[in-house]
Amino acid sequence: MKKAHILVIAVIAVAIGIIMSAAGDASVYVSFREARERASEGNLTKVHVVGRLPRDGQKNILGLEYNPVLDPNYFAFTLVDTNRIAQRVIYFNPKPQDFDKSEQVVITGAMRKDIFVADKILLKCPSKYVEKDIKGATAAVN
Amino acid sequence: MLNTFIGDAGHLSVIVAFVAATVAAYSYFMAARGRALGDSDVAWLRLGRGAFIVHGVAVMAVIGCLFGIIHGHRYEYYYAWSHSSNHLPVYYMISCFWEGQEGSFLLWIFWHVLLGFAIMRWNKLWEAPVMAVFAGVQLFLTSMILGVVTGGVKIGSSPFILLRDFLVDLPVFKLNPNFVPEDGTGLNALLQNYWMVIHPPTLFLGFALTLVPFAFAIAGLWKGELTRWVKPALQWSLWGGLVLGVGIVMGAYWAYETLNFGGYWNWDPVENAVYIPWLVLVAGIHALVLWDKRRTALRTSFVLVVATFLLILYATFLTRSGVLGNASVHSFTDLGLSGQLMIYLGAFVVLAIGLLVYRWKSIPISEKELTTYNPELWVFVGATVLCLGAFQVLVTTSIPVYNSFLGFIGIKSNLALPADQIAHYSKIQLWMGVGVALLSGLAQLMWWQRNDKSTVINAVGTPLVLTLLGSALVILLLRYNGHEIQPAYIALLTAGLFGVLANISTIAQLILRRVKLSGGAVAHLGIALMLLGVLGSAGYSNIVSKNVSGLVYSKEFPEDLNRDNVLLWRNDSAPMGAYDVSYTGQYIDVPGVPGYVNKDLLFRTADEYKALARGDIKRADKVYYKAGDTVEILPENTYYRVEYKDRETGEAFTLYPRAQVNEEMGGLLASPDIKKFFNHDIYSHISSVPDPSKEKDWSEVKESQLTVGDTIYLNDYFAVFRGVEPAQQTAGLGLAKGDLAIQADMMVFGEKKQYHVHPVFVVRNKMIGRVPDEIEDLGLRISLNTVDPTAGKFTFGVSTTQKDYIILKAVEKPFINLLWSGTLLMALGFGLALRNGIRRKQPAPTAEHVPSRVASRQARPEAVA
Repeated sequence: MKKAHILVIAVIAVAIGIIMSAAGDASVYVSFREARERASEGNLTKVHVVGRLPRDGQKNILGLEYNPVLDPNYFAFTLVDTNRIAQRVIYFNPKPQDFDKSEQVVITGAMRKDIFVADKILLKCPSKYVEKDIKGATAAVN
Repeated sequence: MLNTFIGDAGHLSVIVAFVAATVAAYSYFMAARGRALGDSDVAWLRLGRGAFIVHGVAVMAVIGCLFGIIHGHRYEYYYAWSHSSNHLPVYYMISCFWEGQEGSFLLWIFWHVLLGFAIMRWNKLWEAPVMAVFAGVQLFLTSMILGVVTGGVKIGSSPFILLRDFLVDLPVFKLNPNFVPEDGTGLNALLQNYWMVIHPPTLFLGFALTLVPFAFAIAGLWKGELTRWVKPALQWSLWGGLVLGVGIVMGAYWAYETLNFGGYWNWDPVENAVYIPWLVLVAGIHALVLWDKRRTALRTSFVLVVATFLLILYATFLTRSGVLGNASVHSFTDLGLSGQLMIYLGAFVVLAIGLLVYRWKSIPISEKELTTYNPELWVFVGATVLCLGAFQVLVTTSIPVYNSFLGFIGIKSNLALPADQIAHYSKIQLWMGVGVALLSGLAQLMWWQRNDKSTVINAVGTPLVLTLLGSALVILLLRYNGHEIQPAYIALLTAGLFGVLANISTIAQLILRRVKLSGGAVAHLGIALMLLGVLGSAGYSNIVSKNVSGLVYSKEFPEDLNRDNVLLWRNDSAPMGAYDVSYTGQYIDVPGVPGYVNKDLLFRTADEYKALARGDIKRADKVYYKAGDTVEILPENTYYRVEYKDRETGEAFTLYPRAQVNEEMGGLLASPDIKKFFNHDIYSHISSVPDPSKEKDWSEVKESQLTVGDTIYLNDYFAVFRGVEPAQQTAGLGLAKGDLAIQADMMVFGEKKQYHVHPVFVVRNKMIGRVPDEIEDLGLRISLNTVDPTAGKFTFGVSTTQKDYIILKAVEKPFINLLWSGTLLMALGFGLALRNGIRRKQPAPTAEHVPSRVASRQARPEAVA
């Protein structure tokens, strides 16, 4: 066998290994129901959950719990997933500053007993990229 | 005033540029069609040139118009309104030019125009076929900003769209179609950084440069010139490798300096999208060098050069089509261009792969069997390792694409990117680094000599022994200092050291033999140093701000939670790692005054860009502003002064991590400040502050009656009432004639210093006004409530609030300087390789007449990349 062939086989082997590792490490988007099922089966691999923050009539977010004076590394909130299941989430880091403004939240983490422990929060604030309102636009019309 | 002329002119220029690119592509194609290289049809060639020049002029006109709109604050245009604002300095206007998707396309188009002109000037022989490819690419790119609707299909997104045409539903335009907003929404705060002024143009120049070797490869395939394209393509690829590499590291440095994820690389899809083509480009450079010097790996060269450009197109598709929507924080949103991008990508994939397949059999291959003692083999293996590294990043970054594709054919897929991306990528990239460092060292040592068993052992022996000794020493030191070291880190450390020492040894030998300094050895030395820098700074980064409060909420949670932030009260000192740290106040930028100015010294006015000085603003002996002066300020950024003091050495330094109050971005954006030592950085950033948009919560007012000279206790502090004086034209008081105003002079003794407080009492038209004074440092507010002149008694009201605090995260990053200095060496190496290539005037014998086994027996080494 020529060296070139050995090289080709080695490359193919590594490439397959890389694909396997990507498949093995890939996470999934799930609902809270599925996250709970996974946890009850003892599967603690991290998952992604997409959800919204519940708000009251005044657009205030319900159920935020953050008291930096007590502990700056403890932030708890409730997230409602796409199936309208609400779940308490804890994030052991300071509250992200633009959390209040975000419409959609993607969290990664896993359920521990009846609480979801998030280790990453990805906020989607649509206004970050496409502006939709003009401040004081109506006031400026004479 | 609504000005539609400049936008119409710009839009017309875009159309002219598009049409001219089409004409140029067709004419150049016709000029080269059916003729040998260099023997172009003169009439078509002239037409092609003319059309490309017209295209270039039109592109400059487009840029001029768009910049005019931004610079002139013409907010009737959506682009200016959404990316600029009245207070933006000119150099950031340049960045808002390419903040938007259309502007960044324009930047890319601009570089292609310049490179096209360079080809027309310096590569005459290849002009017709290469420029046909160039103009073809320009045709696609200008179509992205065309903004034309034909038959219900929107082609391109124009940067010259009027605000009223973009926000059609906004009620204000129904009342007044000519409404122009007073101010724009401003530049994304994180982009207001000098690196963001120079980093995107650098990256896009790198993007543009990958087109040149691709165009040469396509021209070579087309014209059947399967070997002569290598020389010019190699030169241009070196430029591409240099510029793109430097651009990527600039981006990393910007992220390190400005973003608060605590590092320089986050494996964000947008970062990956430039990293993948760069790795393949560098592999391609190696293949081109192999053919240029040793007449092997020509097919590989074709494949890699073509793949680099196609990967750039794929990256463009990834970041601009919206397909990464859920996966990336900074990819663009969909502008409805994904179809167009797909066509663009598809057209070039089909063209390039078709041509490659068509010519594949006739591409010369080397008859030489690669033996273990051929350095060519090891260079080739190194290039393969780079490609495998690129492959991993590509496979994983494309996960959202698989999702959309499966969704497109009707299969529901919920695959997400790995939850721990850093671990996922590191576990392969680390071994790629090991391979690159080892192979670059080995191949460099072997490249310059004739090799057999004994010469290889001779050359490798010294660096290898030194490497083993060195890494043993480092491991012992690490253990001695209580650090762990994983086997994979040992491998990377050893390989990196070997890469450094082997390349130093190569450079030393070349200098001894009085050979031109090799760019390759210098660049490889840089890469090996960068790998060591990454190992040190990422593998051994140490969070200084570990919270040791020990609060336990529930036993259900694991112990290994990252509690990485500490809360610092203003003026209180707290232990943090080896340091005592204290937060001592908020500062602000005042143009013209060096450093930052304490907010306590400034009295804010209704105009947020102006303030009144409460005291002299001076540096050393120079007074910049006197008390009462109006001071121009930059209010967006607040700098939080944090003092560090090493408990053991007593060494002290001060950092000013920054946070930007930005309503649009939802509150507060933090940027770190970094203290650099030669062997590590201390990196600090603000995680949180009390919400600046919320009113402070003041306690109920406690009144006390005092006479001059009395002392009272205010919470933990005491204050002396020293007297009453007439209030002068105190900052912001706006006294009128006939007003009676007095102020109390009170001295408050804080933990660290004393504060003068002057609550004011005003009588105007028998009405009483009170202006309380506030000490932010202590969270105190004092007002002078009533005056009883006959008894000489004064009533003060005191209320308190929570003291100001910050939540801080601080990280120690060891040996990060190796990463930055390695980058400089890498860039220097590329530069040397380019210079040597340009100096070598005589073209090498053309390949057609060269038998495949030639160059490997060269007696004298020649400089290569």
